[in-house]
Amino acid sequence: MDLIESYREELKLIRKRGTAFWVGLLLGALILLPWVASEYFVYLLTLIAIYAIGTMGQNLLIGYTGQISFGQAGFLAIGAYTFGHLARAGVPMLLALLAAGVAAGLFGIVVGFPSLRLKGPYLAIVTLGFGIAVYQILANSELLSGGRMGLSVPKFLPEIGIPRATAVYYFHFLLALAFTLATYNLVASYMGRAFVAIRDNDIAAEAIGVNLTRYKLLAFAISSFYTGVQGGLYAQLIGYLEPNMFTFMETITIFVAVIIGGLASVEGSIMGAAFVLLVPQVFSGYKEFIPVVFGITIFIVLIFEPLGLSGRWLKIRLYWKNWPFR
Amino acid sequence: MNKSGGSKALLEIEDLSISFGGIMALAGVDLRLEEQEILTVIGPNGSGKTSMFNCISGVYRPNRGKILFEGESLLGLSPDRIARRGIGRTFQNLRLFLHMTVLENLLLGRHVHFRKNPFHAFMRIKREEIRHREVVEEIIDFLDLHAYRKARVADCPYGIQKKVEIGRALALEPKLLLLDEPISGLTAEEKEEAAYRIGEIRGRYRIAVLLVEHDLRIASRVADRMVALDYGRKIAEGTPQEVQSHPEVIRAYVGEE
Repeated sequence: MDLIESYREELKLIRKRGTAFWVGLLLGALILLPWVASEYFVYLLTLIAIYAIGTMGQNLLIGYTGQISFGQAGFLAIGAYTFGHLARAGVPMLLALLAAGVAAGLFGIVVGFPSLRLKGPYLAIVTLGFGIAVYQILANSELLSGGRMGLSVPKFLPEIGIPRATAVYYFHFLLALAFTLATYNLVASYMGRAFVAIRDNDIAAEAIGVNLTRYKLLAFAISSFYTGVQGGLYAQLIGYLEPNMFTFMETITIFVAVIIGGLASVEGSIMGAAFVLLVPQVFSGYKEFIPVVFGITIFIVLIFEPLGLSGRWLKIRLYWKNWPFR
Repeated sequence: MNKSGGSKALLEIEDLSISFGGIMALAGVDLRLEEQEILTVIGPNGSGKTSMFNCISGVYRPNRGKILFEGESLLGLSPDRIARRGIGRTFQNLRLFLHMTVLENLLLGRHVHFRKNPFHAFMRIKREEIRHREVVEEIIDFLDLHAYRKARVADCPYGIQKKVEIGRALALEPKLLLLDEPISGLTAEEKEEAAYRIGEIRGRYRIAVLLVEHDLRIASRVADRMVALDYGRKIAEGTPQEVQSHPEVIRAYVGEE
């Protein structure tokens, strides 16, 4: 029996004890993991945490606000290079990370302006152009990209008595957790509702007083902020930047993560990020086939499970809740 | 906000005209709507009723004419600014947020009244949310939507969806409610209920209602006054009886004898 006694109770993030138990178990496992798993696996999880942040941002834009953007690689590059240059100039890491997000967010607002006029595939083409333009500018400007040698990014994270890989993992895990919580809160707020309203019916959204200009640009800004942070974190983790890391393939990877994880789902974004990073591991012997695998998976997902992994997850949960009835 | 001019109408439309290509959807329509008045606009298909609504709510930009709401012009304002002034509307072919629950749809109606603090959004501070939830629950009570509170709107029957759309417009706390064919497509029983509710809305919220309706029997029952349009022109105005027996109106609907 699900009795709710007050509005406040209903608005809690985790309402049921069962949910709290499972979430606690999952978080506990993720905290203990680096002490038992191999260093390579911990590194993979760190990458997943980084990608999860960007995928959540992209999902806010595509899944919640319904604005298709193919410019992710551009925002990623802006975030990464902002972070890289600031880190080289000796700016503290967290500050540089914030700057990476803000820089990408500002560009997000600029790229968002066409969205006030364009919809669907037309918007996708404009944003695609932006992503490619950023890549071209970086590839042709030695000042920005650090030239043929690339841009090496100093690694921060001082030694604090635990293995470096573990410390790095914890840092990214906490950051991803913070972003996840913020995203959950955001989509349950007036802002998230306005985003979904724009996706579901923009004319009605406007007629009830949602300022389309403001909320579309806000969605672009927030989403690219996330992506910028992802870029900064990535730069820091790899310790080296070159324009070739930000080709259109990177956009596709995040896009695939959103679709496969599930549109308009926070937990789906995390699952999607895990998917696009783990699949190349499984197929590591056949690297050239990874785009094919992504393409086929998108087909399968869109035909058989339009809600993505999060939809499948929902159905599994429902099945066990009702078991043995169906 | 309210200008206490005494004789000042809530909504004044003068010489409103709009054309699409060579078609004059509205060709100089005048209209006055007093506070707390229910005015029905009738007319055959394509007579410009919905175009007039879209001009008032800012979806279309008229070519010519004036629209004054509480003495101030609405021309050139975007639909969200007009909503903020206190005009709520529904649509002829339902424009709901289909993937959201009934509750969320109604909460979106409260959007203009939310104190919007991004910090609260990110930190899950729900004070505002709870304040507005209480208003929304009253509307759910009024429209009898309890059973569907948590249902996705896409899964609700048509009659309920119609009610949700009215509820969403009411949540805005408008001073003027525009209803575009609020009873079309409903069953006979639902029509009776909807007609009764329109009267109730005025009694309870003390607002003016401007509605477009095809069902003349019900339209004449709820309306204080009636206006008939044909080919973008006003052909009759007066009490429902006067308008329905007006020779121009009869000609527009059934043709010459």
